[in-house]
Amino acid sequence: MTQNLIRELEHLLGPSAVLHRPEDLLLYDYDGSPEKGRPDAVVFPSTTEEVSRIAKLAAQYNVPIVGRGAGTGLSGGALARSGGLMIAFTRMNRILDVDIENQRAVVQPGVVNLDLTRAVEHAGLYFAPDPSSQKSCTIGGNVAENAGGPHTLAYGVTTNHVTALKLVLPDGQIVSIGSTQGDISVYDLCGLLVGSEGTLALITEVTVKLSRKPEAIKTLLAIFETIDDASETVSDITARGITPAACEMLDGWTLRTVEDYIHAGFPLDSGAVLLIEVEGLTEAVTSQAASIDEVCRVHHAREVRIARDDKERELLWTGRKNSFGALGRIAAGIYVLDGVIPRSKLPQTLRRIQEIGDQYGFRIGNIFHAGDGNLHPIVLYDPRDAEQFERALKASADIIRYCVEIGGSLSGEHGIGTEKSELMSLLFSDADFALMRRVHDAFNPQCSLNPGKIFPLTKGCGETRIRQHAAAHPGHGA
Amino acid sequence: MTATTHSIAARLESFIGSPSNFPDSVDPESYAIEGAVPSAVAKPASAAEAAEIVRFAAKEKLAVIPTGAHTKLSIGARPSRYDIALDMCALRQIAHYDPADLTVSVDAGMTIAAVNAALLEHNQFLPLLVPYYSQSTIGGAIASGIDSPLRNAYGTARDFLLGAEFIDGTGALVKSGGRVVKNVSGYDLHKLLIGSLGTLAIITRLNFRTFPVPLTPRGFLASFPTHEAALLARQKIAESPLTPLTLDVTDPGAARIFAERTPSTAEPGIFSGGSHTAADSALPVPGTWFHPNDWQLCAAFAGVPEVLDRYVRELTRIAEQHGAATIFILDDTTRPSIWGRLREALPLFRESSPAAVILQLNVLPSRQTQAITILKSVASAALLPLALVARASGALYIALLPESAQGDAAALSLLTQEIFSLSRSFDGRASLLFAPPAVKDLLQSTLNSHPHSDLALMRRVKSAFDPKNTFAPNRLFPDSL
Repeated sequence: MTQNLIRELEHLLGPSAVLHRPEDLLLYDYDGSPEKGRPDAVVFPSTTEEVSRIAKLAAQYNVPIVGRGAGTGLSGGALARSGGLMIAFTRMNRILDVDIENQRAVVQPGVVNLDLTRAVEHAGLYFAPDPSSQKSCTIGGNVAENAGGPHTLAYGVTTNHVTALKLVLPDGQIVSIGSTQGDISVYDLCGLLVGSEGTLALITEVTVKLSRKPEAIKTLLAIFETIDDASETVSDITARGITPAACEMLDGWTLRTVEDYIHAGFPLDSGAVLLIEVEGLTEAVTSQAASIDEVCRVHHAREVRIARDDKERELLWTGRKNSFGALGRIAAGIYVLDGVIPRSKLPQTLRRIQEIGDQYGFRIGNIFHAGDGNLHPIVLYDPRDAEQFERALKASADIIRYCVEIGGSLSGEHGIGTEKSELMSLLFSDADFALMRRVHDAFNPQCSLNPGKIFPLTKGCGETRIRQHAAAHPGHGA
Repeated sequence: MTATTHSIAARLESFIGSPSNFPDSVDPESYAIEGAVPSAVAKPASAAEAAEIVRFAAKEKLAVIPTGAHTKLSIGARPSRYDIALDMCALRQIAHYDPADLTVSVDAGMTIAAVNAALLEHNQFLPLLVPYYSQSTIGGAIASGIDSPLRNAYGTARDFLLGAEFIDGTGALVKSGGRVVKNVSGYDLHKLLIGSLGTLAIITRLNFRTFPVPLTPRGFLASFPTHEAALLARQKIAESPLTPLTLDVTDPGAARIFAERTPSTAEPGIFSGGSHTAADSALPVPGTWFHPNDWQLCAAFAGVPEVLDRYVRELTRIAEQHGAATIFILDDTTRPSIWGRLREALPLFRESSPAAVILQLNVLPSRQTQAITILKSVASAALLPLALVARASGALYIALLPESAQGDAAALSLLTQEIFSLSRSFDGRASLLFAPPAVKDLLQSTLNSHPHSDLALMRRVKSAFDPKNTFAPNRLFPDSL
């Protein structure tokens, strides 16, 4: 990247909003995924207009752009795979408008997920998507990856909560899409943009729906002797038409590791637990909890505990939400997968994951959104060992391949990024890629936005834009 | 048949080599859209055959419009070219249904009623109770983008459409999304098909999330002297812990039509515990439920007995606090007569006038009160009877109902234009659903003047899907600038 561009960026944004010395860039060459990719410069705009001017400059200098929120993504979406300019949205962190009556908020992309909920909870409202990283991840990142979370089982993922977006296209043009009310007008461009992983446009404003906090919540912890019993329970809850707000599973080994760290009160000798939450009217919650209790017992639950108060409930969720961190304590590296399967296939898939772990010699933990079939197998490995890293990737690919074989998909909420782009051919044909590519080019014709993501290298922007990076530098746990 | 018709049909036949695709009994007139009659009608038996027809059309620069049950075919502008009507009704299988997954994959030509009949056997359903319910195909309902009263609880199609297979403008059979309830793998292209009026692709298959049938549904009906009171009560319900299945306000005009008319199609058995018959929704609306001078708040709710009691208690309290004149709780025997009418409101409105104009105005819910005040005044100044259905989500259906067919097309189009500018001043969006062709012709420039900065992007998306403008030209925006 030329010094001229750096000078122009500094002139535009001020020197404190441009990083370009190698030691300053170190922090920006990784995200939550195992890979790395260093930008040539990082800029910190404060307004849509600045983003637009940055895009124009980048186009003029023919430099690719990668958007970045908090860098918590797990699929490499925020990695500068081809170097270039990284736009960090950290300073665009203002909540621009809150409309309590109509349950809408307009936010800049750098607003932290949980901060939005904190800003509106006085009115009994909250922002429903709740990824485990919600204390640090940004809404812009949630939009790019179509983030989920435990409670998306009942309330839907990010795309179900976004009604309008302000975009900056690669040529610097500013475009508004969608509407505050949210009904589709002509084409649902918002529906296309959410989950497009920063490959179509830079998002500089997000209009979201706010949800009303439920009157009552009951959190159940069902304890099982075997993983099979727990997964049969999940399938049965779904089949009986009970829709909990959340339905999470932790296997016994993972549970013990988490308990060791968090002390959430998880039993140390069980095969698996389900953390199930029901929400709504007090009367409805009581009857749903009773039905769930019954299903758990039909499937040999040893015990079903109901959290007695908010404190107990919080503790159970702390255990769940910090479980990746707990595993990170006992392994040099952890690799979190995100496959999704038809919910009735849960028992057989968990057995298959176990087999794959045995075959490759890895311990694979399972902490995941059981209710919607979104698995998070966690491979524990030593990233300093290149052979182990390769083996971990192979085991992971086998798991993902199995998910697809039984009618599932590559990713439920983490996105494709660089991590799974080469596996996309498992799902999509050449004709599918051709159309996706034409849609990509309608927004991003020069491949200047987040090149090397989603598409396999041979189907997307080609390899020209992708800098041949040295062997991956794994080592970062999630 | 004209010579052109003959030649296109003959060329198509020789290209496809499967005469079964071109049934002799079909009258192209019955595929007309706003007076535009196709030169040929093709009824492919498979997605592959449909793709072949598209490839032929793209090569020959012919225009193709996919059709289903024709109930919503007149939504949108008159097509500028219309060579081939692609009748998708022969594609009507359930491709995949695993009740334990609560997902279903269906061919586009299947009627929603048939899909729901299959799902109901497993006590599940698809909450797409759209107007013209019993005839509507699933592909047509998605392409029309029309909503259903149940959106208050289940959202719109974009919330439960999981994936799709479709034919793009190059004739390639492509897919997006999948059959799982959570998925971030590639672009959500299927979302673009919702409301696309056949301009992007030919939908061949759709994957949905299904839902358990609600337990013992009940209805609630309260009448108010003013729209302000009815909408305020509705807002209080929306702010309460209650989450009704439906939550709509209707105006006195709608009440008069509901009292006089019965929908020609039955309420689906979904909310009737299975015992429901076609005759039920044809019941006259008993007594004064829809009083012709009142604004009605209509809600449906479901659950275990304790939940039902709670709804009845709180809905009644809120309605009384806001000055409800009458309150009715509807059970299985009385509810269908109201809910059949609410679902079929648009067809009933259309039947009630020889030259009905029906629009949808989307504004934030809190702005509906003022929007309705203005609508009432402009309609009354133009001496045009009005009927309204205002959903809690912010979708407002507006029917302008002249009493004679000789009604003044100019006056109707003027009023429609006013509603379009009203939508802009309310930071909302208006769309014209149904109107007599003479009115649509006068409105061509209004309909085509998409006032937002995203029009250029929309056009680029259209070109990406359909590079040769083969599909439904001019129906959403003009062929060229």
